[in-house]
This record gives sequence, structure tokens and C-alpha cells, in this order.
Amino acid sequence: MRPARRSRWRKARCRIFEALSTLCAAVAVIVLVAVIGYVLVNGARALNFDFFTQLPAPVGEPGGGMANAIVGTLIIVCIGALISIPTGVLAGIYLAEYGENRFADLVRFLADVLTGIPSIVVGILAYALVVVPMQKFSALAGGVALAVLMLPTVIRATEEMLRLVPGSLREASLALGAPRWKTILRIVLPTASGGLATGAMLAIARATGETAPLLFTAFGNSFWNTSLVDPMAAVPLQVFQYAISPYDSWHAQAWAGALVLVVLVLALSAAVRLVARPLQTQE
Amino acid sequence: MAVTLWESDRASAARRGHGWLSARAADRVFLGLAGLFAAAIVGLVLLIAFELARSSTLAWDTFGFGFLTSTRLDPVARRFGALPYIYGTIVSSLLALLIGAPLGLGGAIFLSELAPRWMRSPVSFLIEMLASIPSVVYGLWALFVLVPIVRQLIEPALGSTLGQVLPLFQGPPYGVGILSAGLVLAIMILPTIAAISRDVLLAVPREQREGLLALGATRWEVISTVVLPYARAGILGAVILGLGRALGETMAVTMVIGNRGEISASLFALADTMASVIANQFTEASYPLYLSALVELGLVLFGVTIVLNIVARWLVWRVNRGGVRRAA
Repeated sequence: MRPARRSRWRKARCRIFEALSTLCAAVAVIVLVAVIGYVLVNGARALNFDFFTQLPAPVGEPGGGMANAIVGTLIIVCIGALISIPTGVLAGIYLAEYGENRFADLVRFLADVLTGIPSIVVGILAYALVVVPMQKFSALAGGVALAVLMLPTVIRATEEMLRLVPGSLREASLALGAPRWKTILRIVLPTASGGLATGAMLAIARATGETAPLLFTAFGNSFWNTSLVDPMAAVPLQVFQYAISPYDSWHAQAWAGALVLVVLVLALSAAVRLVARPLQTQE
Repeated sequence: MAVTLWESDRASAARRGHGWLSARAADRVFLGLAGLFAAAIVGLVLLIAFELARSSTLAWDTFGFGFLTSTRLDPVARRFGALPYIYGTIVSSLLALLIGAPLGLGGAIFLSELAPRWMRSPVSFLIEMLASIPSVVYGLWALFVLVPIVRQLIEPALGSTLGQVLPLFQGPPYGVGILSAGLVLAIMILPTIAAISRDVLLAVPREQREGLLALGATRWEVISTVVLPYARAGILGAVILGLGRALGETMAVTMVIGNRGEISASLFALADTMASVIANQFTEASYPLYLSALVELGLVLFGVTIVLNIVARWLVWRVNRGGVRRAA
């Protein structure tokens, strides 16, 4: 009898832990679905055409929109992309094509470590490098901060994508007498261009929602501004400022802004995953 | 294709005939250029450290080590102490780990060991999506959904039970405060911990499991005696990465922690973290010493998170024997 009871106990214990582990996954999924659900419902209620075309309304007046912040986010993210994508792609080329040495290992490691540095610290860096010398907040400073945050993503994505390019293509080109640099630029990069684009999109998606590094770089602005050397509005900044304000109409605007951010970020990330999957299975 | 390549190459070789750059030199220039940009990463990390150190020397010279242990923060009297912020950062992050790590690990075990095959990919996908939601959105959600729940349900419930004994759960239920900050942080680090732990668990060799299963072990016995011990270092790494994220998280915490730089025994109390005080006061810092003190907080944050990340990446790498799939 004893072994039978023991076996029943072992099976029961197994059930209990399986149930607990399933519960953990369920709680995680439920909480996280709740976050998205609230943003969708509250955001959809507040979102309208004016949101994309109007300037922010003054305190107390209903309506208004975030047109300036949307354009501002586009500009700031573009600055970040213009700095980080060429830099990151070149560094990624080094890692993928020449990267079988300890220096490359160090660079890989630091790129990973860099993703863990708090974004507010990067904001301080951009403040010290750009805002202090220029003596004012600017879109440029915000772009520099975002560039630093995007860089590790671009580098590692570039390396991964270039490594997926078959070695036979490189060998064919080299055998025809093409120098290595030309092989990389004319054969390897074009072959991996789809993958490189998804890596860049991933970096852009992450940067679009960043708020902390813009607080004291781009700073925010309630009016139109397209000058790169002046304070500029951004959607995440506006969401933050509206959320902590005491006005209901501003809270509604904050939900609408959050919805726009979430849809943008999730759409970009999902697109990346869909595009990247067939690429990876080709390997 | 091949012919045109060859021809264009010959054409460029001809152009190079009177040129200044041989093919080999061009290769070397290209390698140098790419290497230079790779080195920029090393430079960037050093630059961050240097700039933070340079901008905080004033505070360092004025307060020395006392900065880290002093509790008085009075911009008017020009006194600055970091202890309340260090305290707030540590307590809120530990709270987040306490809640987020078991949930994340449990979820990872489910995804890697128990879930039916059709379920793994979509759930993993969802969890990775959630890691990419901006923190300001989590903050907005926490402020308008989580904080009222904490104020009306969780804090009164905790206060009337555990609060009778423990000062940890005493005090008026504001809703905002360390407890809410810890909860929202737990939600935010959950995807990080779950995704990396799952990768680590999947890296455990199949033979290890099969060996024990063949001996008649139950699924749980396999997990607890073989899988988890094998993946221990990597799971620890995942948890440390989650901790690193919690320590440096700014927006969501700033929105729900109440922003008051005081040390209190209660989790219900308003508090402040290093990141949130920088976010709140940086643009208000009206004189150099004030700003310098805030930058020194940033330096501390940078130092702590970089050490944690180095340790964590190394632990995860040891198990995966390759790059960590970045989920964070």
C-alpha cells in the first residue's frame, strides 16, 4: 500500500505545481491584457480627428489635440534614427563580418549592457552634451538621447541579420575578385536589407515611447515648433504632463495619446516579428 | 550578375590605376571605419560615466560620502542627502521582485515545460509585446486604474489585517505610494523575467529531462530536480535584469509613488526614487550645486545598473552559451 500512496502523493504534488505555474502565466497574461484593454477603451473614447490636427487646448477648454506633439515625436525620432542607424549598421557590419575577436566580444557585451542603462541617465548625458553648451532645451538634444537608446538595438539586429546571409554569397563575390568592402556593401547589405529595415523599425518603435530622456532635453512645448534648436513637444511627454494634471479633459487626451503610442509601438513590433520570422527560418 | 560585378570591378580597378587607393588599402580603410564605429560603443559607455562624474564633482566635493547617508534634502538651505531616494528605489524594486519574479518564473516554466505546443508561440509573442509598451503608458494605467484599487481595496485590507501587527502596512491609504510603485514595477519587469527565463529553460538539454522521465519521475520532479538546477544561474540572471529595469524605471514610478523624499516604515507612505527625483526636479534645479547633486544620483544609478547588468548578462550567457535573446 505504501508505494501506492507515495505515488499518489507524488502525482498530486506534480498537479499542484503545474496548477501554480499555469496560474502564474494566467495572472501575467490577464494583468497585461488589462493594461492594453484599458488603453484601448479609454483611448478610443477620447480619440477623434481633432487629436491629430489641433494644437493643445488651453487649461479648462475642452477639445484640442496633439498635432504639434505628433510632429515633434516624428522629428525627434528621425534625428535619433539619422544618428543611430548609420552608426549602428557600421558597428554591426564590424561585428558580423570582422567580429571573431575579443574586442568584438567586448563591443557585443557593452551593447547588451547599454540596453540596461536607465533611460533617464541617458537624458542626463544628452543634457550635458547638448543642452548645456547650447544653453537651451532643444529637439536636437532629445534626438541625441534617443539615438543613444536606439544604438544597441540597431547594432545587435544588424549583426544578427548579416549573419543570416549565406557565406556562399560572400565567397562567390570574393572569388570573382571583388574586394571585401565591395562584397559587403554590394552583396551582403542588399541581401540583408529587409532584416536591417526591421531592426531599424524595432529601434524606432522603442524610441517612440521613451519619455524620461526627453524630460530635460526636448522639454516639451505647447505650441507649433519645427526648429531643431528649440524646445519641442513629443507625444509621450504630453501624455505624462496631461496624466498628472488635475483636469478631466486632459486625462482624456492622455488616454488618447497613450492609445496612439501603444498602437504605433505594437504595430511596429508585430510587423518586425512577422517579417523577421521567415528570414530566420531560411537559415 | 556575376559578369557585371566583375566588369564593374575591373572598371573601378582601372579607375584606381592612376588612383591613390589599392584594393587592399580600401579594404583596410573600410575595416578601420567599421571598427571605429564599433569602438564608439565602448567610447559611449565611457563617455556616460565621464560626463556623469564630471557634472557631479561639485556635489561630491561638497558633501563627500555624507551625500549617500544623509537624509536631509533642503534646496533652500543647500543641503542634499540621497538616502531617502536610495531607500525608495531599493524598497520599491524589492517589492517588484518579490511579486514579479515568482510570477515571471512560474509563467516561464509554464511556457517552456507545460503549455501545449499551439499555445507557446502566441503567449510568448504577447509577453514580448508587453515588454515594448512605453513606461509612460504603464504609468497612466497605474495612476487611473491601479491606484484606486490599491486605495479602496488593497490598502484597507492589508491595514486591517497585517497592519495590526506590522508597521509595514500601517498608515492612511493614499493609493499612491511605495506599494503602488512596487506593483506597477512588478507588472513591468514580469515580461523581462518571463521571456529570459523561458529562453534559459529551453536551453536545458532534452537528454537531461528524458533521463529522469525514463526513471519514472513525474513532470514536476523533472523540473525541480533537473531543469531548475541546470538553469539556476540563468534564472538568477533574468531576475537581476528585471531588478536592473526596476531600479532605473522612471516614468511609471514617478507617476504613482507620490514624490515625497522621506523614509517611512510603511509601504503605504509617499516616497521618491532616485530616478523619479531626477525626473521631477532636474528642470527645477535652480543653481549648480542642486543640479550637481541630482547628477550624482544619476551616477549612482548608472553605476548600480551597469554592475547588475554585467553580472546578469554573464550569468545568462553561461547557461545559453550564446547571445541572450534580448527581451528587455
